[in-house]
Amino acid sequence: MFTVFERFADLVTYTLFGIEAGTRLGDSVHFFFYDTTKIIFLLSIMIFFISIIRSYFPPEKTKKLLSNYRKITGHVMASLLGVVTPFCSCSSVPIFIGFVESGIPLGVTFSFLITSPIVNEVALVMLYTIFGWKIGTLYLASGILVGIVGGIVIEALGMEKHVEEYVYQISAQESEIKELDWSDRIDFAKEEVKEIVSRVWLYVIIGIGIGAAIHGYAPAELLAQYAGADNPLSVIAAVIVGIPLYSNAVGTIPIVEALMGKGVALGTALSFMMATTALSLPAMVILRKVIKPKLITVFVTVVGISIIGVGYMFNFVMNFV
Amino acid sequence: MKITIYGPGCKNCVNLADNAKKAVSETGVEAEIEKVEDMKEIAMAGIMSTPAIGIDGEVKIKGRVATVDEIKELLA
Repeated sequence: MFTVFERFADLVTYTLFGIEAGTRLGDSVHFFFYDTTKIIFLLSIMIFFISIIRSYFPPEKTKKLLSNYRKITGHVMASLLGVVTPFCSCSSVPIFIGFVESGIPLGVTFSFLITSPIVNEVALVMLYTIFGWKIGTLYLASGILVGIVGGIVIEALGMEKHVEEYVYQISAQESEIKELDWSDRIDFAKEEVKEIVSRVWLYVIIGIGIGAAIHGYAPAELLAQYAGADNPLSVIAAVIVGIPLYSNAVGTIPIVEALMGKGVALGTALSFMMATTALSLPAMVILRKVIKPKLITVFVTVVGISIIGVGYMFNFVMNFV
Repeated sequence: MKITIYGPGCKNCVNLADNAKKAVSETGVEAEIEKVEDMKEIAMAGIMSTPAIGIDGEVKIKGRVATVDEIKELLA
Protein backbone atom coordinates (compact mmCIF):
# COMPACT_ATOMS: atom_id res chain seq x y z
CA MET A 1 0.00 0.00 0.00
CA PHE A 2 2.84 2.39 0.72
CA THR A 3 4.98 1.57 -2.32
CA VAL A 4 3.74 4.65 -4.13
CA PHE A 5 5.26 6.81 -1.38
CA GLU A 6 8.44 4.74 -1.47
CA ARG A 7 8.70 5.37 -5.22
CA PHE A 8 8.05 9.05 -4.78
CA ALA A 9 10.81 9.30 -2.17
CA ASP A 10 13.18 7.35 -4.46
CA LEU A 11 12.42 9.70 -7.29
CA VAL A 12 12.90 12.90 -5.30
CA THR A 13 15.97 11.78 -3.36
CA TYR A 14 17.98 9.83 -5.89
CA THR A 15 16.83 11.22 -9.22
CA LEU A 16 15.79 14.79 -8.56
CA PHE A 17 18.37 15.63 -5.87
CA GLY A 18 20.90 13.17 -7.24
CA ILE A 19 21.88 11.96 -3.76
CA GLU A 20 23.54 8.57 -3.78
CA ALA A 21 21.52 5.70 -2.29
CA GLY A 22 22.97 4.04 0.81
CA THR A 23 24.72 7.15 2.10
CA ARG A 24 23.73 8.75 5.39
CA LEU A 25 22.39 11.84 3.67
CA GLY A 26 20.51 9.67 1.20
CA ASP A 27 18.93 7.67 4.02
CA SER A 28 17.85 10.77 5.89
CA VAL A 29 16.42 12.61 2.91
CA HIS A 30 14.64 9.49 1.66
CA PHE A 31 13.12 8.83 5.08
CA PHE A 32 11.94 12.43 5.23
CA PHE A 33 10.10 12.42 1.91
CA TYR A 34 8.71 8.93 2.42
CA ASP A 35 7.36 9.70 5.87
CA THR A 36 5.94 13.18 5.23
CA THR A 37 3.92 12.10 2.20
CA LYS A 38 2.77 8.85 3.78
CA ILE A 39 1.77 10.37 7.10
CA ILE A 40 -0.02 13.42 5.74
CA PHE A 41 -1.95 11.18 3.35
CA LEU A 42 -2.95 8.71 6.08
CA LEU A 43 -3.73 11.50 8.48
CA SER A 44 -6.24 13.12 6.15
CA ILE A 45 -8.11 9.87 5.55
CA MET A 46 -8.11 8.84 9.19
CA ILE A 47 -9.17 12.23 10.54
CA PHE A 48 -12.15 12.11 8.23
CA PHE A 49 -13.45 8.80 9.51
CA ILE A 50 -12.61 9.49 13.12
CA SER A 51 -14.36 12.84 12.96
CA ILE A 52 -17.55 11.07 11.92
CA ILE A 53 -17.33 9.04 15.15
CA ARG A 54 -16.39 12.13 17.11
CA SER A 55 -19.43 13.99 15.87
CA TYR A 56 -21.50 11.68 18.08
CA PHE A 57 -19.69 12.84 21.23
CA PRO A 58 -19.70 16.61 21.66
CA PRO A 59 -18.41 17.74 25.09
CA GLU A 60 -21.92 18.70 26.17
CA LYS A 61 -23.08 15.13 25.69
CA THR A 62 -20.01 13.78 27.49
CA LYS A 63 -20.79 16.04 30.43
CA LYS A 64 -24.35 14.73 30.63
CA LEU A 65 -23.20 11.13 30.39
CA LEU A 66 -20.56 11.62 33.06
CA SER A 67 -22.85 13.15 35.62
CA ASN A 68 -24.56 9.75 35.84
CA TYR A 69 -21.51 7.94 37.17
CA ARG A 70 -19.63 8.06 40.45
CA LYS A 71 -16.43 6.64 41.88
CA ILE A 72 -14.40 4.14 39.84
CA THR A 73 -17.00 3.83 37.07
CA GLY A 74 -16.89 7.60 36.74
CA HIS A 75 -13.10 7.57 36.26
CA VAL A 76 -13.27 4.73 33.76
CA MET A 77 -16.05 6.40 31.77
CA ALA A 78 -14.29 9.78 31.86
CA SER A 79 -11.11 8.24 30.56
CA LEU A 80 -12.91 6.35 27.79
CA LEU A 81 -14.87 9.41 26.75
CA GLY A 82 -11.60 11.37 26.77
CA VAL A 83 -10.57 9.22 23.83
CA VAL A 84 -13.51 10.12 21.60
CA THR A 85 -14.52 13.61 22.67
CA PRO A 86 -13.12 16.26 20.36
CA PHE A 87 -11.21 18.86 22.31
CA CYS A 88 -8.20 21.00 21.72
CA SER A 89 -6.09 22.43 24.53
CA CYS A 90 -7.67 25.87 24.08
CA SER A 91 -11.00 24.33 25.10
CA SER A 92 -9.67 22.71 28.27
CA VAL A 93 -10.72 25.63 30.47
CA PRO A 94 -14.38 25.77 29.38
CA ILE A 95 -14.54 21.97 29.59
CA PHE A 96 -13.02 21.99 33.07
CA ILE A 97 -15.45 24.66 34.27
CA GLY A 98 -18.39 22.93 32.61
CA PHE A 99 -17.60 19.59 34.25
CA VAL A 100 -16.90 20.91 37.73
CA GLU A 101 -19.86 23.27 37.63
CA SER A 102 -22.25 20.46 36.74
CA GLY A 103 -21.14 18.50 39.80
CA ILE A 104 -18.75 16.02 38.19
CA PRO A 105 -16.07 15.22 40.83
CA LEU A 106 -12.68 16.89 40.37
CA GLY A 107 -10.85 13.58 40.02
CA VAL A 108 -13.24 12.36 37.34
CA THR A 109 -12.73 15.63 35.47
CA PHE A 110 -8.99 15.04 35.61
CA SER A 111 -9.37 11.47 34.32
CA PHE A 112 -10.93 13.04 31.26
CA LEU A 113 -8.37 15.83 30.91
CA ILE A 114 -5.41 13.46 31.27
CA THR A 115 -6.50 10.79 28.80
CA SER A 116 -7.81 13.17 26.18
CA PRO A 117 -4.45 14.53 24.93
CA ILE A 118 -2.55 11.24 25.42
CA VAL A 119 -4.91 9.08 23.43
CA ASN A 120 -5.50 11.39 20.62
CA GLU A 121 -7.28 9.07 18.21
CA VAL A 122 -5.36 10.49 15.28
CA ALA A 123 -2.10 9.51 16.95
CA LEU A 124 -3.57 6.15 17.77
CA VAL A 125 -4.35 5.39 14.16
CA MET A 126 -0.81 6.39 13.23
CA LEU A 127 0.55 4.06 15.89
CA TYR A 128 -1.54 1.22 14.50
CA THR A 129 -0.31 1.91 10.97
CA ILE A 130 3.34 2.36 11.83
CA PHE A 131 3.85 -0.08 14.71
CA GLY A 132 0.98 -2.54 14.32
CA TRP A 133 -2.06 -3.37 16.42
CA LYS A 134 -0.24 -4.79 19.44
CA ILE A 135 1.64 -1.62 20.24
CA GLY A 136 -1.34 0.52 19.26
CA THR A 137 -3.57 -1.37 21.66
CA LEU A 138 -1.01 -1.27 24.44
CA TYR A 139 -0.70 2.47 24.01
CA LEU A 140 -4.48 2.93 24.03
CA ALA A 141 -4.90 0.80 27.14
CA SER A 142 -2.08 2.48 29.01
CA GLY A 143 -3.25 5.98 28.07
CA ILE A 144 -6.65 5.15 29.52
CA LEU A 145 -5.01 3.58 32.57
CA VAL A 146 -2.89 6.67 33.24
CA GLY A 147 -6.07 8.79 33.13
CA ILE A 148 -7.97 6.49 35.49
CA VAL A 149 -5.14 6.20 38.01
CA GLY A 150 -4.23 9.90 37.83
CA GLY A 151 -7.85 10.92 38.39
CA ILE A 152 -8.34 8.53 41.30
CA VAL A 153 -5.21 9.80 43.04
CA ILE A 154 -6.19 13.44 42.56
CA GLU A 155 -9.68 12.64 43.90
CA ALA A 156 -8.19 10.86 46.93
CA LEU A 157 -5.93 13.81 47.71
CA GLY A 158 -8.97 16.07 48.12
CA MET A 159 -7.66 18.93 46.03
CA GLU A 160 -10.98 20.79 45.70
CA LYS A 161 -9.71 23.87 47.53
CA HIS A 162 -6.92 24.25 44.99
CA VAL A 163 -9.36 25.07 42.25
CA GLU A 164 -9.82 28.79 41.65
CA GLU A 165 -12.83 29.90 43.72
CA TYR A 166 -14.67 31.52 40.85
CA VAL A 167 -15.11 28.13 39.15
CA TYR A 168 -17.52 27.07 41.88
CA GLN A 169 -19.48 30.32 41.63
CA ILE A 170 -20.26 29.88 37.99
CA SER A 171 -23.56 28.49 37.05
CA ALA A 172 -23.63 27.90 33.37
CA GLN A 173 -26.64 28.13 31.14
CA GLU A 174 -27.96 24.79 30.11
CA SER A 175 -27.23 24.58 26.44
CA GLU A 176 -29.05 22.38 24.03
CA ILE A 177 -27.30 19.87 21.83
CA LYS A 178 -28.16 20.09 18.22
CA GLU A 179 -28.95 16.74 16.61
CA LEU A 180 -26.84 16.29 13.50
CA ASP A 181 -27.85 14.51 10.34
CA TRP A 182 -25.47 12.70 8.00
CA SER A 183 -24.67 15.65 5.81
CA ASP A 184 -23.82 17.66 8.95
CA ARG A 185 -21.49 14.91 10.11
CA ILE A 186 -19.73 14.75 6.75
CA ASP A 187 -19.36 18.53 6.69
CA PHE A 188 -17.98 18.40 10.22
CA ALA A 189 -15.50 15.68 9.21
CA LYS A 190 -14.32 17.64 6.18
CA GLU A 191 -13.83 20.75 8.29
CA GLU A 192 -11.90 18.71 10.86
CA VAL A 193 -9.56 17.35 8.19
CA LYS A 194 -8.83 20.87 6.96
CA GLU A 195 -8.49 22.28 10.45
CA ILE A 196 -6.36 19.50 11.97
CA VAL A 197 -4.07 19.04 8.99
CA SER A 198 -3.46 22.79 8.80
CA ARG A 199 -2.71 22.79 12.52
CA VAL A 200 -0.41 19.77 12.70
CA TRP A 201 1.42 19.61 9.37
CA LEU A 202 4.27 21.74 10.60
CA TYR A 203 4.72 19.54 13.69
CA VAL A 204 4.67 16.49 11.46
CA ILE A 205 7.34 17.91 9.17
CA ILE A 206 9.54 19.06 12.06
CA GLY A 207 9.02 15.71 13.77
CA ILE A 208 9.90 13.81 10.63
CA GLY A 209 12.87 16.10 10.02
CA ILE A 210 14.26 15.26 13.46
CA GLY A 211 13.33 11.62 12.92
CA ALA A 212 15.15 11.67 9.59
CA ALA A 213 18.27 13.14 11.18
CA ILE A 214 18.16 10.45 13.87
CA HIS A 215 17.56 7.84 11.21
CA GLY A 216 20.64 8.82 9.27
CA TYR A 217 23.03 10.08 11.93
CA ALA A 218 22.21 9.00 15.49
CA PRO A 219 24.69 6.47 16.80
CA ALA A 220 22.68 3.29 17.26
CA GLU A 221 24.98 1.61 19.78
CA LEU A 222 25.10 4.64 22.00
CA LEU A 223 21.32 5.06 22.07
CA ALA A 224 20.70 1.37 22.60
CA GLN A 225 23.17 1.44 25.46
CA TYR A 226 21.67 4.46 27.22
CA ALA A 227 18.01 4.18 26.25
CA GLY A 228 17.69 0.47 25.64
CA ALA A 229 15.67 -1.87 27.81
CA ASP A 230 18.67 -2.66 30.00
CA ASN A 231 19.08 0.81 31.42
CA PRO A 232 16.59 1.15 34.29
CA LEU A 233 16.86 4.94 34.46
CA SER A 234 16.06 5.55 30.80
CA VAL A 235 12.28 5.79 31.28
CA ILE A 236 12.60 8.42 34.01
CA ALA A 237 15.03 10.41 31.91
CA ALA A 238 12.74 10.20 28.88
CA VAL A 239 9.78 11.57 30.85
CA ILE A 240 11.81 14.41 32.36
CA VAL A 241 13.13 15.37 28.93
CA GLY A 242 9.63 15.10 27.45
CA ILE A 243 7.77 17.43 29.86
CA PRO A 244 9.13 20.81 28.73
CA LEU A 245 8.98 19.79 25.07
CA TYR A 246 5.71 20.67 23.50
CA SER A 247 4.42 18.77 20.58
CA ASN A 248 1.33 16.86 19.77
CA ALA A 249 1.40 13.10 19.55
CA VAL A 250 1.31 13.30 15.78
CA GLY A 251 4.62 15.14 15.54
CA THR A 252 6.26 12.92 18.14
CA ILE A 253 5.52 9.59 16.45
CA PRO A 254 8.12 9.94 13.66
CA ILE A 255 10.75 10.72 16.30
CA VAL A 256 9.66 7.71 18.31
CA GLU A 257 9.73 5.55 15.18
CA ALA A 258 13.28 6.62 14.34
CA LEU A 259 14.48 6.23 17.95
CA MET A 260 13.09 2.72 18.13
CA GLY A 261 14.81 1.86 14.87
CA LYS A 262 18.02 2.75 16.72
CA GLY A 263 17.37 0.39 19.60
CA VAL A 264 15.61 2.66 22.09
CA ALA A 265 13.26 0.47 24.15
CA LEU A 266 9.55 0.71 23.36
CA GLY A 267 8.45 1.68 26.87
CA THR A 268 11.06 4.42 27.00
CA ALA A 269 10.02 5.80 23.61
CA LEU A 270 6.30 5.74 24.43
CA SER A 271 6.80 7.34 27.85
CA PHE A 272 8.62 10.13 26.08
CA MET A 273 5.69 10.53 23.73
CA MET A 274 3.11 10.55 26.54
CA ALA A 275 5.11 13.11 28.50
CA THR A 276 5.38 15.51 25.56
CA THR A 277 1.64 15.31 24.89
CA ALA A 278 0.08 15.09 28.36
CA LEU A 279 2.43 17.36 30.25
CA SER A 280 3.43 20.45 28.40
CA LEU A 281 4.17 23.98 29.53
CA PRO A 282 1.52 25.65 27.32
CA ALA A 283 -1.13 23.28 28.68
CA MET A 284 -0.05 24.14 32.26
CA VAL A 285 -0.33 27.86 31.51
CA ILE A 286 -3.87 27.35 30.23
CA LEU A 287 -4.87 25.19 33.22
CA ARG A 288 -3.44 27.79 35.60
CA LYS A 289 -6.53 29.89 34.81
CA VAL A 290 -8.70 27.42 36.71
CA ILE A 291 -6.43 25.63 39.16
CA LYS A 292 -3.86 26.84 41.65
CA PRO A 293 -0.11 26.10 41.42
CA LYS A 294 -0.28 23.37 44.04
CA LEU A 295 -2.80 21.36 42.06
CA ILE A 296 -0.74 21.86 38.91
CA THR A 297 2.26 20.43 40.76
CA VAL A 298 0.18 17.49 41.96
CA PHE A 299 -1.16 16.97 38.43
CA VAL A 300 2.34 16.94 36.89
CA THR A 301 3.69 14.65 39.60
CA VAL A 302 0.83 12.16 39.49
CA VAL A 303 0.72 11.97 35.71
CA GLY A 304 4.52 11.90 35.45
CA ILE A 305 4.78 8.98 37.86
CA SER A 306 1.97 7.10 36.10
CA ILE A 307 3.69 7.55 32.74
CA ILE A 308 6.97 6.30 34.17
CA GLY A 309 5.11 3.28 35.53
CA VAL A 310 3.61 2.60 32.13
CA GLY A 311 7.04 2.87 30.51
CA TYR A 312 8.48 0.21 32.80
CA MET A 313 5.44 -1.97 32.25
CA PHE A 314 5.91 -1.71 28.48
CA ASN A 315 9.60 -2.52 28.66
CA PHE A 316 8.76 -5.50 30.83
CA VAL A 317 5.86 -6.74 28.71
CA MET A 318 7.92 -6.52 25.52
CA ASN A 319 10.03 -9.38 26.81
CA PHE A 320 7.03 -11.63 26.28
CA VAL A 321 5.43 -10.23 23.11
CA MET B 1 -29.00 42.91 16.47
CA LYS B 2 -25.97 41.83 18.42
CA ILE B 3 -23.54 39.13 17.30
CA THR B 4 -21.28 37.63 19.94
CA ILE B 5 -18.10 35.74 19.12
CA TYR B 6 -16.94 33.49 21.97
CA GLY B 7 -13.35 32.29 22.02
CA PRO B 8 -10.06 32.86 23.84
CA GLY B 9 -8.45 34.51 20.82
CA CYS B 10 -7.18 31.48 18.94
CA LYS B 11 -6.93 31.40 15.18
CA ASN B 12 -10.37 29.86 14.75
CA CYS B 13 -11.97 32.64 16.75
CA VAL B 14 -10.39 35.25 14.47
CA ASN B 15 -11.65 33.34 11.43
CA LEU B 16 -15.13 33.19 12.90
CA ALA B 17 -15.13 36.93 13.61
CA ASP B 18 -14.04 37.57 10.01
CA ASN B 19 -16.87 35.39 8.70
CA ALA B 20 -19.33 37.26 10.88
CA LYS B 21 -18.08 40.62 9.54
CA LYS B 22 -18.44 39.36 5.99
CA ALA B 23 -21.93 38.05 6.62
CA VAL B 24 -22.99 41.37 8.10
CA SER B 25 -21.62 43.44 5.24
CA GLU B 26 -23.04 41.08 2.61
CA THR B 27 -26.54 41.07 4.05
CA GLY B 28 -26.50 44.71 5.07
CA VAL B 29 -28.13 43.91 8.40
CA GLU B 30 -27.61 46.40 11.21
CA ALA B 31 -25.55 44.38 13.62
CA GLU B 32 -22.86 45.00 16.13
CA ILE B 33 -20.17 42.37 16.68
CA GLU B 34 -18.75 41.87 20.15
CA LYS B 35 -16.04 39.49 21.28
CA VAL B 36 -16.06 37.50 24.50
CA GLU B 37 -12.56 36.30 25.31
CA ASP B 38 -12.86 35.67 29.03
CA MET B 39 -12.94 31.94 29.78
CA LYS B 40 -15.26 32.49 32.71
CA GLU B 41 -17.87 34.21 30.59
CA ILE B 42 -17.47 31.63 27.83
CA ALA B 43 -18.11 28.84 30.29
CA MET B 44 -21.07 30.69 31.79
CA ALA B 45 -22.71 30.81 28.40
CA GLY B 46 -22.69 27.01 28.50
CA ILE B 47 -19.99 26.71 25.84
CA MET B 48 -17.53 23.85 26.19
CA SER B 49 -15.90 23.95 22.82
CA THR B 50 -14.76 27.14 21.16
CA PRO B 51 -15.22 29.08 18.99
CA ALA B 52 -18.91 29.82 19.19
CA ILE B 53 -21.26 32.43 17.83
CA GLY B 54 -24.35 33.85 19.47
CA ILE B 55 -27.11 36.16 18.26
CA ASP B 56 -28.74 38.50 20.77
CA GLY B 57 -27.34 36.55 23.69
CA GLU B 58 -28.35 33.12 22.45
CA VAL B 59 -25.57 30.72 21.49
CA LYS B 60 -26.24 29.37 18.01
CA ILE B 61 -23.24 27.47 16.65
CA LYS B 62 -20.35 26.22 18.75
CA GLY B 63 -17.25 24.08 18.52
CA ARG B 64 -16.43 25.09 14.97
CA VAL B 65 -16.02 28.04 12.66
CA ALA B 66 -19.45 28.85 11.28
CA THR B 67 -19.36 29.68 7.57
CA VAL B 68 -20.41 33.03 6.12
CA ASP B 69 -23.56 31.41 4.68
CA GLU B 70 -24.52 29.89 8.01
CA ILE B 71 -24.14 33.23 9.72
CA LYS B 72 -26.22 34.90 7.01
CA GLU B 73 -28.98 32.40 7.76
CA LEU B 74 -28.75 33.22 11.45
CA LEU B 75 -29.06 36.93 10.64
CA ALA B 76 -32.07 36.49 8.40
